[in-house]
Amino acid sequence: MMQNIALIASGTLQTPSVSWTGLLPLIILAGAAVFLLTICSLVPSRITNQQLTIYTCAAAIGSLIAAIPLWLKVLDESKGPFSTLSGAFGIDGFSIFLTMLLAVSVVLVSCLAGVFLKSEDIEGPESYVLLLLSATGGMIIVGANDFIVLFLGIEVLSISAYILAAMNLKRVQSQEAGLKYFVLGAFASGFLLYGIALLYGATGSTQLTAIRDFLINNNLTNDTLLLAALAFLIIGFAFKVAAVPFHFWSPDVYQGAPTPFVAFMASAIKAAGFAAMLRVLYVTLGEYKADWQPVIYGIAVATLLIGSLLAIIQTDLKRMLAYSSISHAGYLLVGTQAASDQGVAAVLFYLATYTFMVIGSFAVISLNSGPEGIRTDLNSLTGLANRKPMLAIAFTVFLLGQAGIPLTSGFFAKFYVIEAVIEERSFGLAIVAMLAAVIGAFLYLRILTKIWLADLETDDKDQNTITIPKQVSFVLLLATIVTLFLGIWPEPLVEMAQRAVPLLRAG
Amino acid sequence: MNLLNIFAAASLETSFPVIPVLVLLPAFGALAVALTPNGRIGLHKLMATVFTGITGAISVWVLTAFESNGDYQFLSEQTWIESLGIQWNAGIDGISLFLVVLTGLLFPFVVIAINPHHDHKAYYIWVQLLQTGCMGVFVSLDLFMFFVFFEIVLVPMYFLIGKWGHGNARYAATKFFLYTMLGSALMLVSIISLVVLHSREAGTDITFNLIEIASNPAISTTSARLIFLGFALAFAVKVPLFPVHTWLPDAHTEAPTAGSVILAGVMLKLGTYGFIRFGLYLFPEASHFFAPLFLTLGVVGIIYGAVVATMQKDLKRLVAYSSIAHLGFIVLGTFSLNTQGIQGATVQMINHGLSTGALFMLVGLIYERRHTRQISELGGIQKSAPVLAGTFTLVMLSSIGLPGLNGFVGEFLILLGAFTAHRWWALLAATGVILAALYLLWAYQRVFHGSENKDNGEEQTTPDLTNWERLTLFPLIAGIIFLGIYPKPMLNRIEPAVDKLVAHIEITIADGSFTEPVPTVQVRKSFEELLEETHESHSHSDGHSDHEEEKDHGHGSENHEDQSHSGRHE
Repeated sequence: MMQNIALIASGTLQTPSVSWTGLLPLIILAGAAVFLLTICSLVPSRITNQQLTIYTCAAAIGSLIAAIPLWLKVLDESKGPFSTLSGAFGIDGFSIFLTMLLAVSVVLVSCLAGVFLKSEDIEGPESYVLLLLSATGGMIIVGANDFIVLFLGIEVLSISAYILAAMNLKRVQSQEAGLKYFVLGAFASGFLLYGIALLYGATGSTQLTAIRDFLINNNLTNDTLLLAALAFLIIGFAFKVAAVPFHFWSPDVYQGAPTPFVAFMASAIKAAGFAAMLRVLYVTLGEYKADWQPVIYGIAVATLLIGSLLAIIQTDLKRMLAYSSISHAGYLLVGTQAASDQGVAAVLFYLATYTFMVIGSFAVISLNSGPEGIRTDLNSLTGLANRKPMLAIAFTVFLLGQAGIPLTSGFFAKFYVIEAVIEERSFGLAIVAMLAAVIGAFLYLRILTKIWLADLETDDKDQNTITIPKQVSFVLLLATIVTLFLGIWPEPLVEMAQRAVPLLRAG
Repeated sequence: MNLLNIFAAASLETSFPVIPVLVLLPAFGALAVALTPNGRIGLHKLMATVFTGITGAISVWVLTAFESNGDYQFLSEQTWIESLGIQWNAGIDGISLFLVVLTGLLFPFVVIAINPHHDHKAYYIWVQLLQTGCMGVFVSLDLFMFFVFFEIVLVPMYFLIGKWGHGNARYAATKFFLYTMLGSALMLVSIISLVVLHSREAGTDITFNLIEIASNPAISTTSARLIFLGFALAFAVKVPLFPVHTWLPDAHTEAPTAGSVILAGVMLKLGTYGFIRFGLYLFPEASHFFAPLFLTLGVVGIIYGAVVATMQKDLKRLVAYSSIAHLGFIVLGTFSLNTQGIQGATVQMINHGLSTGALFMLVGLIYERRHTRQISELGGIQKSAPVLAGTFTLVMLSSIGLPGLNGFVGEFLILLGAFTAHRWWALLAATGVILAALYLLWAYQRVFHGSENKDNGEEQTTPDLTNWERLTLFPLIAGIIFLGIYPKPMLNRIEPAVDKLVAHIEITIADGSFTEPVPTVQVRKSFEELLEETHESHSHSDGHSDHEEEKDHGHGSENHEDQSHSGRHE
């Protein structure tokens, strides 16, 4: 700040200093998206999905590699976290952890997209461009240290996602999903923006650092404005992460949207939403913890129970996973509610492991959904174990992981969240969370029963023709190995998550 | 990967990492079966036999190498998740020793004796994974590790029931899974609460180490009681205690024979073992406080199980309900909170594993011959299958608790312990023994006597046991008779650990409101006479030095000392 004032005083037009290396992961993705769009409009000949997948993967891996030196730098005691663009964008363990997670999910999703978009009649580079842009938005969110930047990131992420949901022009459900997602998402953005405006009114800044310092140093005589802002912000975030009672869009969108993009929504977009929530609620408004914790408590209980209860009465696989994804958001809210470093680490661990399980699950569903990608009812899985044993085993690992059975990463994720919340003495919430896990287990058992134990009478011919392309088997293999490995030995990821505590650094 | 060091670390102390091998060998066996080509049924079975068999052999070696003191032996310790204080920490003491041996031996027995009807490869994989899970529970000395194994056994059992079961198997498997998961879900909350509260109150780092937590009871009485209830619910479902028992008859009835044998033989013991190892050990005060509740539930279970068993039409369901009654006895013994009761409970866990395992085995054989388990449709088996009938009689009598067979030893000790502590409950429980005789003998009469012909007069005969079946049943029968006639080696190994546990309970209840209820010397002697044991009075003087510890606590009354010695000296 002092620096800026000094620069303004000197009379020349000055731009804030930019740490290009700090922004490199983001720049790589954004640049790749824009470059791809340019190339494709200049070169008229069609570029194959295969090439596009490789290109997208390369961009995401590049971004991942660019993040690694940053991670080491941030953890280095002598250097530590820093912020750039005059404090508007922070680079700390938290943002880099999530940046890497977003990059990984782009790699996985683009592998799926390369195969399944063809079957959904989606061609051309647009969806890859949007995927890259959406992930860029996510990277902006996770590092945002200013509400304006945060909102920018949310919009970049969301607008790309609305279009992705509506990408299948021939299927009316996809159109409907896109429209629904757009209308409700815009609504949520409105709430967020209003919350930001009110918060600006209450504290006089949009910078997270300034807001936090203001609240630490001043005691508001009248905090109505601030509490109203808090309420609007929570509603906005709850919409974005599909928490009950703001979840109604998600099952319809999940059912209608092309499956690879649903995987992206359930993993990356959810992660970005929680990143925003944690940075705003836990770090910035930590002083008002006593006010927002009960609200999150209530939302978490509702999300856990309603998500898992409604999941078990569904008959469509994508809807089932949509509701189960809602109940997983409940666990993430449980970790958020803890409002402790342990809670944040637990949320990060959960997000990382859930990304692999959910993308893997949607990959299986895509494979099983037939040439048009529309057979997603529960019965379509009947006898999968006999048709494709390896596929069935992989799906079983993902389902058991989501159910929280030991020796899968999902168990440890739940364990960690519950531990964090018990450390803050919210025993009731821990009990509700575990009850929801039992209800949720019924859903996963229903699917497992269909896969392994169903009668073999329905053996029609076209079901036998599942072929697993190489990219998809790579995704499945990777997700299975990660899920099992982190289930048996979670230590490496736990250590990473514990170091990825969000901080706010000025200047 | 740190965890791999469990093999290396153990080798520094003993020449051989016993526990990691016991736990992980079956898992490697499962992997080995998974890697063999499909359809090689003989090869799958051979591999499973070899791996479970070696595990069994090692467990027998453990039995011989075990020293009769109250300590944990064959300790194996390695950091697992350092940042959360989670360890691989395992050991065997007198209470878990025989359960380890039972787990080690029952699985190869099941693999050899019972062939699945389809999907052999998957079957052997699940059976071996189940052995890993059960073994892990019995050796765990770390709460996290214990929970992992306690929960993981659900998956193999779910598939065994669901895939190889009869009738409404999918329903039974799902019910089994959800019921037990509900119990363990609350136990997870309890475990974490205990660990977090303990580290906070005691001012130590977070640790899941069972012994460390138990040796330093820092949390308040109220918290301890609530947390205990969380544990108790999980164990009660697993045992199963009345009124959370309803999954058991379904699971047992629909499970394949192998599933029933393992379920009755080993898996129900996870609950009763949990009560002793974790319930009593971690929460002595809460166990004492809630003892009347669990004694009552145990007695209700005994009588309810017996009455319902009497009315069953399905032979397998009858045996399942008789299990509920037997496990009621074990809970009764456990919550007597004295040496006899807990020792009896431990012995009875093994006995129940042998007798009920054998009963399920025989019911499976009868079903294979007659394709029905309805008692009314069976009949007259004795005529054409006398050896089958004779074996059934023997196993049934052991289940009833006839002196000279194993069931008697456990039931007697339990009733003795319960009588000295809470005599009215013991009296009620004793009627359960009579009811057991009633329903089993009545069932025997209807199944084995009478006419073999069908109602419409059509003739049918029941083939007798083949030589192979006789051979495979022999180990169970031998165990039943041996432990009935000569239980002393087993009691000797169990007793020091139980003594230590009871002493721990007495010390921890600091206000002195609790002292171990011990029987009079006379009762004790008469029991020894029954077991044909003679004790030289001079042996008492030898042993005093071993037990100074106990005397120091000031609770070692004359009686207490007397009984700790009597079991240990020849």
